[in-house]
Amino acid sequence: MTQISQGAVPTAPPGERVPFEPAEPGEAPGTAGDKAVTGLSHGVLIIWSILVILPLIWVLMSSFKTSSEIFASPFALPENWSFDNYINAWTTAGIGSFFFNSVIVVFGALILTMLFGSMSAYVLARFSFPGSRALYYLMLAGLTFPIFLAIVPLFFVLRGIGLLNTLPGLILTYAAFAFPFTVFFLYAFFRSLSKSIAEAAAVDGAGEWRTFFQIMLPMAKPGLATVAILNFVGLWNQFLLPISLNTNPENYVLTQAMASFASQAGYSVDFGALFAAVVITVVPVLIIYLIFQRQLQGSVSQGVSK
Amino acid sequence: MTMATSGELTSGVSPPITGAGSPGGLRRIGSARWRKRNLTLDKITFFLVFLVIPVLFYIAFVVSPFVQAAYFSLTDWTGFTPAMNFIGLSNYGKLFTDDIFLQAMGNNILMAIVVPIVTLGLAMFFATLVTVGGSARGNIRGLRNSSFYRVISFFPYVIPAIVIGLIWSQIYDPNSGLLNGILTSLGLEQFTSFPWLGDVRTARWAVMFVIIWGLVGFYMVLFIAAIKGVPAEVFEAARIDGAGRFRTAVSITIPIIRENVQTAFIYIGILALDAFVYMAALEPGGGPDNTTLVMAQQLFTTAFTKGQFGYACAMGVVLAVVTLAYAGLVFAVNRIFGGKSEVGE
Repeated sequence: MTQISQGAVPTAPPGERVPFEPAEPGEAPGTAGDKAVTGLSHGVLIIWSILVILPLIWVLMSSFKTSSEIFASPFALPENWSFDNYINAWTTAGIGSFFFNSVIVVFGALILTMLFGSMSAYVLARFSFPGSRALYYLMLAGLTFPIFLAIVPLFFVLRGIGLLNTLPGLILTYAAFAFPFTVFFLYAFFRSLSKSIAEAAAVDGAGEWRTFFQIMLPMAKPGLATVAILNFVGLWNQFLLPISLNTNPENYVLTQAMASFASQAGYSVDFGALFAAVVITVVPVLIIYLIFQRQLQGSVSQGVSK
Repeated sequence: MTMATSGELTSGVSPPITGAGSPGGLRRIGSARWRKRNLTLDKITFFLVFLVIPVLFYIAFVVSPFVQAAYFSLTDWTGFTPAMNFIGLSNYGKLFTDDIFLQAMGNNILMAIVVPIVTLGLAMFFATLVTVGGSARGNIRGLRNSSFYRVISFFPYVIPAIVIGLIWSQIYDPNSGLLNGILTSLGLEQFTSFPWLGDVRTARWAVMFVIIWGLVGFYMVLFIAAIKGVPAEVFEAARIDGAGRFRTAVSITIPIIRENVQTAFIYIGILALDAFVYMAALEPGGGPDNTTLVMAQQLFTTAFTKGQFGYACAMGVVLAVVTLAYAGLVFAVNRIFGGKSEVGE
């Protein structure tokens, strides 16, 4: 505020607009200049929206074309709207089973990391004990260092316990890497919950276990939902961990299956099926997104500002 | 069952929520409960399950690999033989004379400069339009129907990055791609069969565009939320002082949401220093003359194709150091410009 009044503008009497901004010269309040700005804003945002949407529509359209139609023209509508590409993608590429693998891995990891993360965050938020500072830095390290640094030793850790190339191995790894973020977020959340409620529960004879599961956890529901959503999106999109630690084609998760299918499609020139596979991958997530978009966008802004 | 201190507690706590912040006595009692004699079975199992097991699990899968990587980087380990000789820093010496790795690092650094500035610049621009693009009369108003733009721009965030890469590799396809189709139909015949991802002049910009396309909406939503958190009186005061929209955005909005901008810079910079997923879909081979090769790709090939695990770990350490240096730089820049109205660049 003060920056403005110290700046080029001499003090203006309240209510009187000084034509300061060259882009909107001397307009009467709220008329032509205003409308121009509004119109221009809409224009810019519409152009951007088209830029976002157009590629997706093009993919949808191409997913109904035969490969020769795709090569003939990028615009032409498909001659028959047939679902052959979808059938090919589903059966030959096995998108269905990879989708299922992704669901198992992501939800398995989600349950594990939410349980462990909320428990640890609660302990760290409620009790102070020697070493809690060290734990904080340990978590911070997990958040800042790139996964790439850990990937080689992780490969041998999993091989050592016989979980390399298995879904349980992937679940454990996903959960471990989502753990520090979960703890950080929920730590702030549990801190904001009233301490005296836990104390009251203790007085009424509830042990620490019961206090957590029957009182604190239900109170933390909004925070838990936010972290769960953010973790879900992050884990669903995870690519590096599966391609390095899960190289058995039967256990592929969706992201790595898509990558390998794309490289095969390049040789067999079945681009129609590739487009169909993309649509199959994107549509369920988009539908869920459209249903939950308010919560998701809320979660994102909360998650990063914490 | 009941605690020894229960008598004192009950009196203090009976209205559980209203008593929240006030009584100092509560806190004193709370910590007293943790004296050794109070360590019941309940509490021991509680600590064991709630803290010790999760943290040990985390250490085993996250912390110990980080530490091991630092150690392996000092060896000539190939992973599948037990032989592991300690060779000091010679992996690092080799790295800094490895032209391809240095080129990859240069590519990463260029991306870590361009991608955050362009993405966050656009995101801030769109967020400003959405929040203050409406009527300037009376209260500052957002744009009507702006949730439509928010929903659409946010789409790419829920599409896995690998799929975004695959979509764009089709769009950039020289012969059947959407981009050349549009350009040639506009009469720009020079783009017939132009290989966007195969030409030294365009490859890296084409790739960066894809990353930016995928991220702008996410940060736009973030900034919109941050701007909406600014009290309306602040904007009112600015207007009364005669600030136009642009001036308000630069001198008021950005400094106020400075912390959000800093966080965004760090997140997106870390992503640009990785960029592995996008490259795996768009330029798996490193691009023309390795112009899009990134450190992460080199690391992955060195480890899992060539089996030089020690050397790959050294690359990982360098990647981590560059990432931390980047984060430090963002903090430093933010602090240096702390008193002024500009953020970032």
